[in-house]
Amino acid sequence: MLNDWLFIGVFLILAPIFPAAALLIPRLIAPRKPSPLKNQTYECGIETVGDTWVQFRVQYYIYALVFLIFDVELVFLFPWAVAFDQLPLFAVMEGVLFIMILVAGLFYAWRKGALEWM
Amino acid sequence: MGDPVTFIAQWLENLLLGWGLSPQWVTILMTIIGVAAIAIFVLLVDILLVWVERKVVARFQDRLGPNRLGPFGLIQPIADVIKLLIKEDITPIGADRIVYNLPPIIALATVLMLWAVIPLAPTIVGTDLDVGVLYVVALGAFGTLGIIMAGWASNNKYALIGAFRTVAQMVSYEVPMVISLMVPVLLAGTMGINSIVFAQSPVWYVVVAPVAALILFISAIAELGRAPFDLAEAESEIVAGFHIEYTGMKFGMFYAGELLHALTISGLVASLFLGGWRGPGAEAYPILGVVYFFMKAFFLYWAIMWIKYSLPRIRIDHMLNFNWKFLTPLALIVLIVTAILDKLFAGFPEWLYVVGMLLANLVIIWLTVQILRNRAKVERKRVAEPGPIAAPQNPSVSSTSS
Repeated sequence: MLNDWLFIGVFLILAPIFPAAALLIPRLIAPRKPSPLKNQTYECGIETVGDTWVQFRVQYYIYALVFLIFDVELVFLFPWAVAFDQLPLFAVMEGVLFIMILVAGLFYAWRKGALEWM
Repeated sequence: MGDPVTFIAQWLENLLLGWGLSPQWVTILMTIIGVAAIAIFVLLVDILLVWVERKVVARFQDRLGPNRLGPFGLIQPIADVIKLLIKEDITPIGADRIVYNLPPIIALATVLMLWAVIPLAPTIVGTDLDVGVLYVVALGAFGTLGIIMAGWASNNKYALIGAFRTVAQMVSYEVPMVISLMVPVLLAGTMGINSIVFAQSPVWYVVVAPVAALILFISAIAELGRAPFDLAEAESEIVAGFHIEYTGMKFGMFYAGELLHALTISGLVASLFLGGWRGPGAEAYPILGVVYFFMKAFFLYWAIMWIKYSLPRIRIDHMLNFNWKFLTPLALIVLIVTAILDKLFAGFPEWLYVVGMLLANLVIIWLTVQILRNRAKVERKRVAEPGPIAAPQNPSVSSTSS
């Protein structure tokens, strides 16, 4: 059990090292001649107009909210799925009821028009 | 014999113990060696994937593909890597330096870390984590974070648009993906991926839960950001999306990460639904399991490529509608039906259980197709009806494609 997490921990440390090493090699052997013109933002040759870091539309937040509801509830469902073989039919029905509440939430968002891309 | 990996590991462990190291240090050293072995093996496969990608896309487009360097152009990817290594590294003006340099590392590292839980053979597995499926979901979210960071830090509007689209897409398709991941967890009663492969003993789960397998496959393609869901890097609209400002090896990292992610997801779907390393003789000779695993994984990888080069890109509202109004409800229904039937069929003999599950899934598919057909009929009728000639004030006519 602990060895499993040791493996994950070591992987967490080692995994970024491989791509980081691959990014360090060009620092040593690649040419470096930056110029203001070369470092311009690439927008198909046209000069950039205005600020890039703008406020973006609220639509994305709505999708993120609907996602959040689902994701949190699904995490609660995973223990139910793991313990499924030992559960009596009553507990299974309770899980189904829980999913039904999720479905009701989805239909509420649907009817409210939160899922329409405008 | 038949399991050289365990044999070498045993030999190495005895060797290290023989040198007088304490068992704790031997465990840590063996873990580091194991991680390095998996990572290097996967990265070598990744280099091969570049060749596979270029060769297959060439055949789909009626070309030959790389055929100059080495037999069948097999050395081509190594030449590609050398070219990328000696390319100049350009940081655009106004880029957020730290956030700009991290995403290429995240893109590849998160995909590499997925291989910690994917079983290549009954004994050749990084670690059979008891929350393996959740671990996969969590790392998928991390990969998304890398893309968003790349788009935000580049100080480029196209990159930012790509990142926005990625948010909407990844966040949406995560829902049916997680729901359909729950079906094999429910059937096997465990979240460990190797345990799920062990649990598929009489039949693969693709027979018991074909709809869940299909939903997982589709939403996995969307999570990959591959065509027809490649809105994040739509070449013809926003040039290259989130990685537009990345040059040389940084771009190479994104490219390698994307290819490897596709193979990793193929391996995951193969493990969860196609029996992973299962095949004749795999239990006795684990090395055969590696062959079976990669056969299945590459079959799915090829299917992903087939879809990628056959279908046009879909529009963002269609993509979101497809997810929220079709895949998510369908996945929830499949989960409910599987849960109830699994309990009802619990006392039945094995073959009856399998046939019952398969029939239930076929009924779901049939009903879904009927509902879709009816909806399409209504939609066609509404579009075909001659509306009032100048009727912009009537929104129901002007916005027929919802």
